[in-house]
Amino acid sequence: MIERRLLVNVDQVVTTIESRRVLDGVSMRVYAGEIVALIGPNGAGKTTLLRAVLGLQSFEAGSIGLARGLRIGYVPQRFTIDPSLPMTTRRFLMLTPNAKASRMDDAVSAVGATQLLDRPLQRLSGGETQRILFARALMRDTELLVLDEPAQGVDQQGQLELHELLAETRDRTGCGVLMVSHDLHLLMPFADYVVCLNGHVCCAGTPREVEAHHGYQSLFMPQIGTIHTPAAAPSEIAVDA
Amino acid sequence: MPEFILRAYIGGIGVALIAGLLGSFVVWRRMAYFSEALAHSTLLGVPLGLWLGLNLNLSALLVCLLLAVLVILIERERGRIPLDTIFGLVAHGTLAIGLLVLSFMEGVRADLMHYLFGDILAVSMSDLAFVFVGGVCLTAALWRMWRPLLLITVDEELARVEGVAVERHRWAFMLMIALVIAVGMKIVGALLMTALLIVPAAAARHIAATPERMAALAALIGCVSVVGGISGSMWWDTPSGPSIVAVALGAFLLVWLSNRLRSTRRARGGTFALRRQA
Repeated sequence: MIERRLLVNVDQVVTTIESRRVLDGVSMRVYAGEIVALIGPNGAGKTTLLRAVLGLQSFEAGSIGLARGLRIGYVPQRFTIDPSLPMTTRRFLMLTPNAKASRMDDAVSAVGATQLLDRPLQRLSGGETQRILFARALMRDTELLVLDEPAQGVDQQGQLELHELLAETRDRTGCGVLMVSHDLHLLMPFADYVVCLNGHVCCAGTPREVEAHHGYQSLFMPQIGTIHTPAAAPSEIAVDA
Repeated sequence: MPEFILRAYIGGIGVALIAGLLGSFVVWRRMAYFSEALAHSTLLGVPLGLWLGLNLNLSALLVCLLLAVLVILIERERGRIPLDTIFGLVAHGTLAIGLLVLSFMEGVRADLMHYLFGDILAVSMSDLAFVFVGGVCLTAALWRMWRPLLLITVDEELARVEGVAVERHRWAFMLMIALVIAVGMKIVGALLMTALLIVPAAAARHIAATPERMAALAALIGCVSVVGGISGSMWWDTPSGPSIVAVALGAFLLVWLSNRLRSTRRARGGTFALRRQA
């Protein structure tokens, strides 16, 4: 097998926020061409870990190494801009460093958002905003895509499309993907590696391995046992309760 | 036209141009209170300048920059006091102390109104030079920083992830506001300088679809306000600052109202069309 490029190396990271230990010795890696998903209950530190990787969250111990000159594309969980700022989608995309109109057109049609170009950014729905942020990441030749709960606020069909788009982008560009998700079943066909987090790493592996692991089961099974969602129709309640 | 009037127009237009560009950012970044605090602090620059024998523009700039740095540092350490309270504290604290110190200075007392509300008759060649140099520096800085600054304004974290030096640009922007206030203080006055920053920008918001157009329109509306205000000020012998701000406010109301009318007409047209279809 060819040696894959290591993009992110998180080693024994410890973070305390307001005297609560949010991350307690977390280690994980992301390689190029790999889709890595973080799952875990609310307050498990998924977003904190993501933000630490992005350099938006400080940590007390451990280390986070990024590949030299790594170009990161970030799709935040929430993205709202001030209503006083007039900004069309087109102008926003052209704010990307070294933006070219031809690249913007390619990226926008790849995410199927051509019709949004002349709309004010404030009038886009959550799912539309996500597509635009995604397009922005594509325009920048992103080597690592980081997404925080990209499926939130998007309907089932939209979630599926988004994951397909992710996988397709990975196949085409060979970028690595690090994402927070709340649904293991949704990730099944797409993720290469899943890290189940609850302050520490409960278990990690392929989605199938994680599903079978007792660490994951002890975290999620009580709820899944009572609600019992089939894989095709995952429920948010199953994980977020 | 007497030379001093020409100087007033040129100085005023120079300030309005740069205030329109920067003022748009002040509106987008919700920094009206910050600029208010700095504007009021310029009053402390007057006695300081007289005491040290400095040029008053220079001393106003000095105090402004100093306070900008101070406010940025307080902002980091604020703890339990909300930001707008801190800005209010600085704004009114410096205003009060500035007025107190000025009231002790016999010679200045009569000119107090001029410092508060601006004095176009007193725009000297050195004031013009100050506006010119300040304006060129600010425009050049803004030109260079436009894209990163805009990206920070859209979303600070996104900008940080994309490699923008967020801290450096924030500092630079706050110091730029300090500079524009010091430059405009002589013409609009300490009390109303913030208005020249935010009122034209607020008016432009209604008729602009992109940030660049809003900034350009704000500069234009600012210029119209300055020309109208100074003309009115000379005609009716009113202080220049309030006259300029009154014209700007009129422009804002005009744009807002016409925009309102247009949108209600559009909405009504929409229901008619619907009814016809039904």
